[in-house]
Amino acid sequence: MSELPKPDELFSKIDYRPAPKGWMDTPVNIRKGIACYASNPKSVEYVGLPYPRQWSCFDEDWQLPENWKEIISKGFRERLDRFRSIKVFMDICVRCGACADKCHFFIGSGDPKNMPVLRAELLRSVYRNDFTTAGKIIGSIGKNFKKIIGARELDLQVLKEWWYYLFQCSECRRCSVFCPYGIDTAEITIMGRELLNLIGLNVDWIATPVANCYRTGNHLGIQPHAYKDMMDFFTDDIEEITGVRVEPSFNKKGADILFITPSGDIFADPGTFTCMGYMMLFHYLKEKYGFDITWSTYASEGGNFGFFTSHEMMKRLNSKMYAEAKRLGVKWILGGECGHMWRVIHQYMDTMNGPADFLEEPVSPITGTKFENAKSTKMVHITEFTADLIKHNKLDLDPSRNDHLKVTYHDSCNTARGMGLLEEPRYVIKNVCNNFYEMPANTIREQTFCCGSGSGLNAGENMELRMQGGLPRANAVKYVHEKHGVNMLACICAIDRAALPASMEYWVPEVDVTGVHEMVANALILPGEGKRTTDLRSEPLPGMEEDDAE
Amino acid sequence: MNISYMYSLIAVIILFLLAYVGVKFPGGEVFFGIIIPYLALIIFILGFINRVIDWARSPVPFRIPTTCGQQKSLPWIKSANIDNPSTTGGVVVRMILEVVFLRSLFRNTKCELKEGDKISYEWEKWLWLFSLTFHWAFFTVLFRHLRFFTEPVPACVQLLEKLDGFLQIGLPGLMLSGVALLAAVTFLFLRRILIPQVKYISLGSDYFPLFLIFGIAFTGILMRYFTKVDIVGVKEFTMSLVTLNPHVIKGIGGVFYVHLFFVSVLLVYFPFSKLMHLGGIFMSPTRNLVNNSRVKRHVNPWNYPVKVHTYDAYEDEFREKMIEIGLPVEKMMAPETPEEPEEKE
Repeated sequence: MSELPKPDELFSKIDYRPAPKGWMDTPVNIRKGIACYASNPKSVEYVGLPYPRQWSCFDEDWQLPENWKEIISKGFRERLDRFRSIKVFMDICVRCGACADKCHFFIGSGDPKNMPVLRAELLRSVYRNDFTTAGKIIGSIGKNFKKIIGARELDLQVLKEWWYYLFQCSECRRCSVFCPYGIDTAEITIMGRELLNLIGLNVDWIATPVANCYRTGNHLGIQPHAYKDMMDFFTDDIEEITGVRVEPSFNKKGADILFITPSGDIFADPGTFTCMGYMMLFHYLKEKYGFDITWSTYASEGGNFGFFTSHEMMKRLNSKMYAEAKRLGVKWILGGECGHMWRVIHQYMDTMNGPADFLEEPVSPITGTKFENAKSTKMVHITEFTADLIKHNKLDLDPSRNDHLKVTYHDSCNTARGMGLLEEPRYVIKNVCNNFYEMPANTIREQTFCCGSGSGLNAGENMELRMQGGLPRANAVKYVHEKHGVNMLACICAIDRAALPASMEYWVPEVDVTGVHEMVANALILPGEGKRTTDLRSEPLPGMEEDDAE
Repeated sequence: MNISYMYSLIAVIILFLLAYVGVKFPGGEVFFGIIIPYLALIIFILGFINRVIDWARSPVPFRIPTTCGQQKSLPWIKSANIDNPSTTGGVVVRMILEVVFLRSLFRNTKCELKEGDKISYEWEKWLWLFSLTFHWAFFTVLFRHLRFFTEPVPACVQLLEKLDGFLQIGLPGLMLSGVALLAAVTFLFLRRILIPQVKYISLGSDYFPLFLIFGIAFTGILMRYFTKVDIVGVKEFTMSLVTLNPHVIKGIGGVFYVHLFFVSVLLVYFPFSKLMHLGGIFMSPTRNLVNNSRVKRHVNPWNYPVKVHTYDAYEDEFREKMIEIGLPVEKMMAPETPEEPEEKE
């Protein structure tokens, strides 16, 4: 692994002026610290994707299948015929440059090929050459003319450039907010990665979670008994903190609803505290209102790294949600805090694996609220659900238990720009804690920045890239940290909870990361609980510091 | 030297000379005045339609609007029905704002690194302002030109002309739209060569239409204010084109043919270039779809069955461990089956 530069070094290296040489004449330089490792052939093979092999992006020879150009060209054609988005987006960009400085990877790196327009041009140049009349006519005059209209042939260098830069896009869609035609680089990256997967060029941080998820039901490869073990461990922790023993149920037939959340929250801090938060909330609802929620070890993953591989892989992994809901005979599905999980559920699931006619239109039996907005998909976001509970006064809350926190909120790219879930989490946060401060307007809501590690880029070997991409978000956090003393960054995304702690530690070390439902559980007064002296992290509550010292 | 704009500039100069010199040859006026414009118009119309049909042939498998505001969810949360449309009406307004006022470009910000370690994002209105000016001015100019193609000239065209010339400077009266068009094109060109990032991404196919449109506006202004083209002759000629009874009028002058030729080239170039954003914007799935994918099932015409890992397969692999830790299972472990008597071979 390469040495990660110090924050001030990384910052001072950023230069937005591109080199004088044109981008087509600048060959790709695949750098350690930026690129992710190639996929493990076993993982590729397990899910039956083509050309599993041991290869490395740092090698000269990528051991491509002999007819790789043909495969890519055929794949490109197929996708143009299947997706209007890609066809239109290939044709209509005017290169106005409005998107250029909207990408967190460009802002943090200054690498001109991270400008969304140029990332798309990497593919467009080949598209023009191979699929357009103008490209074919003008291209036939000579190579120089090709360059003037931005066309070029696909060769090994171009392919490597694709790979390098398509895995420097987190599909966050921020550029598409600013594009006057709504050109969405996420669509282009998704399509580009699909093409790369046709010749076995994935990264391992995506390929192995995909294989894990296919086999064990979750990205981390947690087997059912281990899953239960981990939850038992949280149960003990909760009992220690609150004096209440919660009893989550698993794979329970006939439960009211099925709950699905990213496995990352079962696995690592600070997501685990969010998971404990869910468990406490569900216990509360069971005790008070008899609302029966079950977890599944088979559909134990909310996220979907298949989405970062291909549309088909996304569908294959996503199928478990409806299948499990059907098997267990629940009424509807509740989904936990996660970003791309919700992009998939909101914009793809019903289309891919629906109709979910075996489920009921979601109604909260506690408040009577009909979730009309989830009428067809039959899956409700937990902050929609909790916001509704709070609005109807169904939760006993003591927000002062979060008084040691000064909170700001990071909108996840996918829930913000692929759904529009902006107010629900804010409403929940404002009701469970007293100190809430927004980051500057150009960095939140639909203009929110990616954590820097989305879409499967949350690996260890590409830390420099992750810190570059995390800079804009961290910089905005730093602003409210300095202005208001913010010490907690709330989010509703498991990748955020995995990625932001590293980026905070690097850029704004004084700020921690939390899920929204961790704060809900801190404030939630469980029936029969003992006096709480610590929060879920076993840190003393405000005013309890001395009790703790005793 | 940037070959992209040099080649484009040279191309436009060659086009200028072609028309300017070409009309002086016998048959030149017929060629540049009648044959080329008719051909260009046909190519434009067929090319445009063909391109749109080609886009439309590809389905929209998923409902993927870019949501730029609060979704419609709980009744007490105010939703942004334009930036995150939950109804077709919302989409229509969103599209109108986008097409007529360049709504998304209006959001544009400029990112700058400030002293120390701060990053700022300031509202950047100039690109929006000049783009809007460019499109509106172009549209106005185009609309005003209807007076050459209609007889009698409709009242709305006359009204627009009056508005456009309300300053009443000079004779013939100065038309604001022409000046605005030239200014906007100049701005759009200058930002392409002065802003390093934009220069880096600009292709010949970005400069060429700018030069061409500059040429069109320039020759138009030249004719109107300086060479004082024979306006009656021009009208007689354009009406002859409209009525499909084309005949050349003598003495209109070379600049007019250059103007007409530039317009013809633009028409031919249009369907094969980025200028098709005129049609494409209406077909952009991130803008023209309702964000209701959880309310109403969106159908993907090519949705195909895929290989999945079923629960049964999952339980088969983990059944023993599941039973051991007390997780419910569908099939209990088969009781130790008595060994089949081994077959001897």
